Amino acid sequence: MESSEEHRHIVGYGQLAVVLALLLALTGVTVAVSYIDLGFLNVPAALTIATLKAALVLLFFMHLRYEGPIIRYGFITTVMFLAIMIGFTFWDVAFR
Amino acid sequence: MMASTSDTTGIRIGMWIFLYSEIILFGGLFVLYAVYLYEYSELFAQGGKELNRIIGSLNTVVLLASSCTVAASITAIQRGKKGQAMACLAVSIFCGLVFVVNKYFEWGAKIHHDIYPNSATLQDGEPGLNIFFGLYYVITGLHGLHVIIGMVLLTTSLVLVHRGRITASRYAVLENSGLYWHLVDLIWIFVFPLFYLVL
Repeated sequence: MESSEEHRHIVGYGQLAVVLALLLALTGVTVAVSYIDLGFLNVPAALTIATLKAALVLLFFMHLRYEGPIIRYGFITTVMFLAIMIGFTFWDVAFR
Repeated sequence: MMASTSDTTGIRIGMWIFLYSEIILFGGLFVLYAVYLYEYSELFAQGGKELNRIIGSLNTVVLLASSCTVAASITAIQRGKKGQAMACLAVSIFCGLVFVVNKYFEWGAKIHHDIYPNSATLQDGEPGLNIFFGLYYVITGLHGLHVIIGMVLLTTSLVLVHRGRITASRYAVLENSGLYWHLVDLIWIFVFPLFYLVL
């Protein structure tokens, strides 16, 4: 039986280890930053680091980098919908 | 011979569509968090200081490591290394267990200090703190439920690898279980700074 799994991209152990090291380093950074009082900027800083970490997990652990256009555009659409949902709700609350 | 091949891309697309809906589900809870953080920023910071940063950081490390070993188990199965795949999955399941046990002690300590939904301390205290801990229990509770479901999926995959039902030419079940596990990790990546590290 011909399998369609044969031509899939394989992410090596070394590459996965590098991604994990980056994720752990970013966790350290986010904990360190939380001890510095940046006032209003603390939340955006924490969210930026979290987004970077999420991107690493998505691209390499979840193989999003090697997926076809349907899964990729579907994901981007989801993020855009989420941004609209959070953004519009927040504007309504902030400027009420 | 199209009829005899299984549509592995289609199987993954189905899983991803489910994950999109999960992102929106947790996204809705994060909208609530954002709105109340704006309204009660001081009290949210006060509430965040009552959470144990060490346990929170430890759980972050544990989940990131388990995500890595799940990804490694897929690499192993693609290369036909059954033993390595099973070892990686066993480590991931163990990490999930460590996470759940930590969460148990964390919640236990909070409940012991009379901080739980509808407790007298929260009911008679500041509304901002009540909302913070309400969101804390709902979001970490729903997330914890996902951890437990993920562990069941990973254990199922482990058994199927052992029985030779998941192989180098057929590993969609393992891959989709892995995707679910990574989603659990993704959500925690946002929960951790928002609840444990708010200033």
